[in-house]
Amino acid sequence: MGMTIGEKILARASGKDIVKPGEIITAKVDLCMTNDATTHLSIDIFEQQLKAEKVFDPQKVVLIIDHNVPAESAKTAEVHKKMRLFSQKHHLPFYEGAGICHQIMVEDFVVPGQLIVAADSHTCAYGGLGALGTGVGCTDFTSVLSTGELWLMVPESLKFVLEGDLRSGIYARDLILKIIGDIGANGANYKIMEFGGSAVKKFTLDDRIVLCNMAVEAGAKSGLIEPDEQVVNYVQAAGRQAMDLLKSDEDAVYEKIYRYILDELEPMVARPHFVDNVVPVSKIGEVMIDQGFIGSCNNGRIEELRVAAQILKGQNVDPLVKLFISPASKEVFRQALDEGLIDIFVASGAMVLNPNCSVCWGGCQGVIGEGETLISTGTRNFKGRAGHADSSVYLASAATVAASALTGKITDPRRFVR
Amino acid sequence: MIKGKVWKFGDNIDTDQVIPSQYLLLPTVEEMKQYTFEPLDKRFASKVGSGDIIVGGENFGSGSSREQAPLVLKALGISAVVAKSFARIFFRNAINIGLPVIVCQEIYDSVQSEDVLEIDVKQGSVKNLKTKEQFTATKLPEHVMNILEANGLIGLLNQSKVKEAR
Repeated sequence: MGMTIGEKILARASGKDIVKPGEIITAKVDLCMTNDATTHLSIDIFEQQLKAEKVFDPQKVVLIIDHNVPAESAKTAEVHKKMRLFSQKHHLPFYEGAGICHQIMVEDFVVPGQLIVAADSHTCAYGGLGALGTGVGCTDFTSVLSTGELWLMVPESLKFVLEGDLRSGIYARDLILKIIGDIGANGANYKIMEFGGSAVKKFTLDDRIVLCNMAVEAGAKSGLIEPDEQVVNYVQAAGRQAMDLLKSDEDAVYEKIYRYILDELEPMVARPHFVDNVVPVSKIGEVMIDQGFIGSCNNGRIEELRVAAQILKGQNVDPLVKLFISPASKEVFRQALDEGLIDIFVASGAMVLNPNCSVCWGGCQGVIGEGETLISTGTRNFKGRAGHADSSVYLASAATVAASALTGKITDPRRFVR
Repeated sequence: MIKGKVWKFGDNIDTDQVIPSQYLLLPTVEEMKQYTFEPLDKRFASKVGSGDIIVGGENFGSGSSREQAPLVLKALGISAVVAKSFARIFFRNAINIGLPVIVCQEIYDSVQSEDVLEIDVKQGSVKNLKTKEQFTATKLPEHVMNILEANGLIGLLNQSKVKEAR
């Protein structure tokens, strides 16, 4: 009986030839990362409860300030200071204001075949490069920080076979919303969502990250795509050496196999207050919006910004709508500047924000008030996620958000896509 | 044996409901705990009592990996969370801080807020003392039970450090 790519990564990390779903293993972690949403608690556990003095390997621990950037209060500034001092004391790679943690990890650290643990649920994004990333809390993170190891239960895998081509105006973002809507918010609980098929081979790296990053919204431990030449070229261009290019065996066992024909897909929208409350934009009815947001670890990369710019170019954002755009990293920001995208955004009336988690997580920037409605390329639309407990968040593609910002209501982007 | 009064919630209670994002960067859990379940019930933190039990439906604790979610529950004195199913990161986080999380499909429809439950975590049983009904819960694997009995993963790591030093 063969193994899936996920099982192969876990077998290697735990020093075994074979692992099987349900087995509890102790795995050596190749990289770990933590951000300002929880690191202050992890540092307290590390220093006060564990009384640890050294991190397991300073080359494998990354600290990133990305959630509340810039600090919106003196208390947040204290949290950031605590992270800065900890990273200096232990000589750790440290980023502040350079972008969203997962985008920085992709740009500067991730290599196919790695096992990566981070104190953030969207760590599953690294599956787009063929690395197994999984989110943990601060106690798990702190134990990794000290020992370099983590206990894991080997998960079952689900396979999503994607065939055909996305039509104009429809994106990987619509596809993953459709899949989560179909299988439900716990449809992959504890499992690995592996994406394959001829369509995935044609997907860009950004598209692959979009798919894997949202796996946690179906409850998954991780999302994974077999790495190919495109991934190797990206990693090598960034100055890193690719590890083994692991692939799932022909006779690997999946708990379930799903098939999607991409040509049939429409633009999709997740309605409040659950990510799996998904309908085609054609069935949404008339929904007026107060705010739009394009950004986040799911949908703030250069390809999404290009799509938004194509729609916003020469147009004006509806005067009753605020549109915020936050590139996912400093690198994405600079590329958008080079390509003239930022100029298009500003000219349209959009507000361009520094790279950070921003409106997606509702902690500091662009929050919405009572009764207001946001359409967002963020990761979640939970009740109160972007501000007041009685507000509404809809999730959609960058194209749908841009088109909706122009009309003031949720709008099918296809008539704007040239 | 755990005994406590029930607070019943629905399906898909995500960690943004347990503790909203804007409170996560407060310096300590003590300062955060007053905002527990704020989007669902602004006065929850002032009403809940030490030893009380949360009962949830499917997918309790979905969403963000914020460990602040089980931490504020524990800081308020919640003695256990019983649900039809849990999201995996919340489940791990709760075990890791020594907060019992009990998977029990059947009890949900037979329990109301303010009923009193008695839970035997090791045996995997939950009893509603009001209705006298008893239900079987999923037993935790030995490895997970060891973490819970050490009052969390840090307790277990510290125990093994003491053993190594001997």
